[in-house]
Amino acid sequence: MQSSRDNHSTLAERFNKDEARVSWHDQTLWWIRQKRDKAAWSLGEEWEGLRSQASQIKAHTLSNLSGYLEEFEANAIANGAIVHWAADAKEHNEIVHKILQDNKVTQLVKSKSMLTEECHLNPYLETHGIDVVDTDLGERIVQLANEAPSHIVLPCIHWKKEEIGELFHKHLATPAGNADPSFLTNAARIHLRDKFLTRRVAITGVNFAIAETGEFVVCTNEGNADMGAHLSDVHIACMGIEKLIPLRRHLGVFLRLLARSATGQPVTTYSSHFRKPRQGQQLHIVLVDNGRSQQLAKEDFRNSLKCIRCGACFNTCPVYRRSGGHSYHTAVAGPIGSILAPNLDMKQYADLPFASTLCGSCTNVCPVKIDIHDQLYKWRQVLTKEGYSPKTKTVAMKTMAATLSKPGLFSFAGKWARRIMRIAPWLVNNKMNPWYKQRNMPAAPKQSFTEWYKTNRNKDKK
Amino acid sequence: MSSRNEILKRVRAAQPTLIPMPADLTSTAAGDVHKFTEVLQGIGGRVVLMEPDEEVPQKLKELFPSANRVVSSIRSLEAFFLHDHAQLDHHSLEDVDIAVIEAQFGVAENGAVWVTEQDTIIRVLPFIAEHLVVLLDKASFVADMHQAYQRVAYDAYGFGVFIAGPSKTADIEQSLVLGAHGPKSMTILVRS
Ligand code: SF4
Repeated sequence: MQSSRDNHSTLAERFNKDEARVSWHDQTLWWIRQKRDKAAWSLGEEWEGLRSQASQIKAHTLSNLSGYLEEFEANAIANGAIVHWAADAKEHNEIVHKILQDNKVTQLVKSKSMLTEECHLNPYLETHGIDVVDTDLGERIVQLANEAPSHIVLPCIHWKKEEIGELFHKHLATPAGNADPSFLTNAARIHLRDKFLTRRVAITGVNFAIAETGEFVVCTNEGNADMGAHLSDVHIACMGIEKLIPLRRHLGVFLRLLARSATGQPVTTYSSHFRKPRQGQQLHIVLVDNGRSQQLAKEDFRNSLKCIRCGACFNTCPVYRRSGGHSYHTAVAGPIGSILAPNLDMKQYADLPFASTLCGSCTNVCPVKIDIHDQLYKWRQVLTKEGYSPKTKTVAMKTMAATLSKPGLFSFAGKWARRIMRIAPWLVNNKMNPWYKQRNMPAAPKQSFTEWYKTNRNKDKK
Repeated sequence: MSSRNEILKRVRAAQPTLIPMPADLTSTAAGDVHKFTEVLQGIGGRVVLMEPDEEVPQKLKELFPSANRVVSSIRSLEAFFLHDHAQLDHHSLEDVDIAVIEAQFGVAENGAVWVTEQDTIIRVLPFIAEHLVVLLDKASFVADMHQAYQRVAYDAYGFGVFIAGPSKTADIEQSLVLGAHGPKSMTILVRS
């Protein structure tokens, strides 16, 4: 794992050293973005209605989150679950550890949960002698490689099959040189089935929690959450407090959006509704704040709590696609992660809101209509005011802000810039200009759009 | 419990004034087996229409000639029914070739079927088997998820699940592989 002191541009630069890999990463994610488009368009006019509905349900929920949390807790307890509350990551990890100690267990299986990544549960448990096996195939791959997931939905999107073949050869004793996806998946199936059958505790994440019924829903394609939970004596479900929705029937809206936005599937293979523990089983639900109430208090950033973690904003982001998930040095990468992380630590994550072109593509695909690029822009203002923004970008941005605010200066500057680009492109394409990194400036046109428009409009008039 | 009140207090102070809950989205489209079949095939499942005079055991033999262990949560399938389900160690289902269950309805827009613990008796059954077979009546289709949740809005299940196709993964270079941890195939037997 990389040191957390490196910032996004340093880490992105490292990722960009291998150009072929960057193109491959870029194209793979764009392909998933296109699948998302197809799935969304297949619903025709319904799609935009669904997005608005989901956004409004979440807005409503957040405006009564305390009430819904209490309602959820009461119903979950009535269902036979044990509900825990964790103010921060540390308390979350301690609660989980205590449950394991109470049950005298030192081994467990875990399905995908970005919350436990956010809380760094695995390293915490490992230092306490607990063996954690991630059971999502992608997560198992990065776990064996001693890495963190680089994408919230596609944890090992940055890995090539040949590398996975090598990794499995080393850890699962598959034949050297075999990089066939079916073969490797089957090897993982056999390896993980043994874990499902022998571990007594299963941790799962939560996609949605329903206040009305005290149940929660977990969505997977692999079936790993279900294999773990249904074969365990103790099921621990960890969730952020923003996962709540009021009514069970609201799931109709969210499940129609989630998989289509994430991978372009009509729905995930399994949408599992856990309401009561199996007979004889313990069911624990850990509700985690860890900065969420603080984000809720910020009017400008509150909407980020609507996120259903579909990953669509990652797949569409020109910066994410070309810099890789690890360049964000936080559990939830990409555009949404860049809004969430500075809330937890402004200083450490000050670089992230600047890791964006503000093109707005994220906002356009977001199934719950979060104004992602606006929030990134707002974070930049907050961070600049607080004195945390990256130095080189600050100077350039101040110049840009000054130029954009004065139309006269803008056209004057543009005229000179075009001239400079023709005569002395190296003045722009130099190391002092952070925007030039990994980019080629296009040849400068002789005329600006404004000049062109003026000439052509006059032509039309004649 | 220590942090409960503190968290609730903070949330209460942070949340904005109440924004009203939007009215439900509804749909009137009709669900049918054709759309369902098309969608399910697209995600790796298959639909087999049964003739009125066909029996499930014969059909299974025809579709899975080499299956060894076939179990079912359907009482009327005497030969396959898990008579000992109350004492059974669920882990012992590990070598089941085919699990046969009945679903309550199918959803045409996404190829999913709705199943609860009452239908499977043992929760892990539809996940642990090598192949999954689901019985469904021809009349039991809804158009979309709004209609699906209208049907189950107030059901008191302990566990319920929408299942859409075989278990799958594309984690290795986005190559789709059927049979990640659960069934490698899903067959819907539609009875007329
Ligand atoms: S911010 Fe929107 S697009 Fe991005 S992961 Fe969250 S829900 Fe998906």
